[in-house]
Amino acid sequence: MNSLNAKQETSMSLAKQFKQPHGAKWANDIRLAALNRFNDQGAPNKRDEYWKYTNPQKLTSIPTEPAALFSNEELPMFDGVDRLKIVFVDGVFDKDQSDDLTLEGAVIETLSEATLTDIHWAKDLFGALEKNGQDPVDRPLAALNTAMAEQGLIIHITSKCIKPLAIRYIHNSETSDVLVHNVIKLEKNSEFTLLESGAGAARFNSVLEVDVADNAKFNHIRTQGRDHERKTVTHLFARLAKESIFKSFTMTVNGILTRNDAILEFTGDDAKATVAGATAGDGVSFHHDDTVFITHDAVNCESRQVFKKVLRNGATGVFQGKILVKKDAQKTDGYQISQGLLLDDNSNFLAKPELEIYADDVACSHGSTVGAIDEDALFYLISRGVPRKQAQDMLVLAFLAEAIDEIDNNDLAEDINARLAAWMDRR
Amino acid sequence: MLNIKNLQVGLEEENKQILKGVDLNIGEGEVHAIMGPNGSGKSTTSYVLAGKDGYEITGGTVELNGHNLLDMDPEERAAAGLFLAFQYPVEIPGVGNMTFLRTAVNAQRKARGEKELTAGEFLKTVREKAKSLKIDSDMLKRPVNVGFSGGEKKRNEILQMAMLEPKMCVLDETDSGLDVDAMKLVAEGVNALRDGKRSFLVITHYQRLLDHIKPDVVHIMANGRIIKSGGPELALEVEKNGYADILAEVA
Repeated sequence: MNSLNAKQETSMSLAKQFKQPHGAKWANDIRLAALNRFNDQGAPNKRDEYWKYTNPQKLTSIPTEPAALFSNEELPMFDGVDRLKIVFVDGVFDKDQSDDLTLEGAVIETLSEATLTDIHWAKDLFGALEKNGQDPVDRPLAALNTAMAEQGLIIHITSKCIKPLAIRYIHNSETSDVLVHNVIKLEKNSEFTLLESGAGAARFNSVLEVDVADNAKFNHIRTQGRDHERKTVTHLFARLAKESIFKSFTMTVNGILTRNDAILEFTGDDAKATVAGATAGDGVSFHHDDTVFITHDAVNCESRQVFKKVLRNGATGVFQGKILVKKDAQKTDGYQISQGLLLDDNSNFLAKPELEIYADDVACSHGSTVGAIDEDALFYLISRGVPRKQAQDMLVLAFLAEAIDEIDNNDLAEDINARLAAWMDRR
Repeated sequence: MLNIKNLQVGLEEENKQILKGVDLNIGEGEVHAIMGPNGSGKSTTSYVLAGKDGYEITGGTVELNGHNLLDMDPEERAAAGLFLAFQYPVEIPGVGNMTFLRTAVNAQRKARGEKELTAGEFLKTVREKAKSLKIDSDMLKRPVNVGFSGGEKKRNEILQMAMLEPKMCVLDETDSGLDVDAMKLVAEGVNALRDGKRSFLVITHYQRLLDHIKPDVVHIMANGRIIKSGGPELALEVEKNGYADILAEVA
């Protein structure tokens, strides 16, 4: 078929943009298998069902379009937090700007070094959740990442980590085209918080694989960098064992193209997971896509998806969210809400909520709405003397609040709220 | 305080005249009541005073302390001292009641060139006033009107009025949906604000509320006009005989 050939031509030339990493045999095997997956699937294009609302062209074009660098006066995200700081500049680990990789309760290595080691626990996890997440939907850009990423972190959490780990991805070259791959394994009863911030590169492709063992707790808070012209595709793969707790929140403002995929699978009973996002988009060139796939394959698990997007001046927001409840996943509680707030007639919000349920004793709900600011609420506020613009801002932040409420840290939630309030002022 | 002259108002979206020449003068410290059958234009009057969109003013003037009210944006009217207690207070999820109140109080103070209240000053005042209206601290923390009962919503309106200290208060069917005890509480809240200077316009269907908030003047509105004005005894007459007699008498 012609289109298949075109997809594969693109995938092969895209892979050639990156230097093939060389490591120990196990790592080479994993990367080669991933490269074969990528080439078998071919690069995504706009005719793919899974890319119906988001044209992946900017993620596959060769070379990537340049993206201007961005700087501002705001305090860098997470600077006020007591954390272990790790910096990547255009996708390359920067030892000088990073703290020592020592954190109580964690063993942290770089991917490039870990994959040189002949025997390493990561051989059972690196690329494994990504591969597992390729069924039933192809995720070629994640396979490309596993195949060609040389940079990232391999993190082993052995007990309760008191300090969070904060990774800052600095975008420093206008033409950088970058793959970063992080792998995190949480042992039983351990706890870990990962903070990620920054645009990372002109084109940034990141994969995060998280394996959460019994009764472990993983908390993830991410902000994606304000660089207006950045292109970003992220894949978050998680496997959740018995009684584990997983939380992930992402704030996005600016960027011309962002696609955040979250692929979660419950494999143990009584676990809980939340994936949430607050997005603020401005201008016709803004396009933001949250795509979530949650598989319930265990009993009495609870999943929440909470996504809110405020869009103005022709911005586009997309949500594709699916809950798959397998035959034996009884007592599943699945919740999904996606909402778009359009501040003008030119902006768009496209949503595709899906439920696929094979068990007979489950509670699943989904809701998706799109609308403008509530005029009655607006009048109520201004009739009390609140100036119109301030009243509008209050209502926009109120709209985003449900997603921000999912952040499991009050200080960070307030910080993120304040940054979104500042975004409202920049008009 | 409030001078309405020959006010004529239609709906923007349809060619329908609602107010057909309303005249009303409320002096400083006075309490006026407007009664009238459904659809007579009572609520429209309150919305037009507050500046709600969707109405077209086709004639007449409204002055608040000599300033042209109809030229002002709603937030300017509020800062100039106008307050509307809504018939149906709006629920606003995600906006905390306290945050909202403090923003409103300080926005008005700022617009009038006064010093804004600090968090401490605000908190102290709001707690005192909330207590007298039996509004507990949980209600203050919740999002604006979300999950409030009908009575709680109306008490919350009176709390806002108490905090904003307006000169001219318009109460749109504040008694609707209230049981006897709740009505008494609301009326006490209103009476506490009567200081001889502040003026009130009380819109109601029933005489009951006027037992608690004693009006100086009662107006009967019908078909977009004030057709009769009188003392408190007019309200009693309505309660006894309904509007039919008055309507017939005027016609």
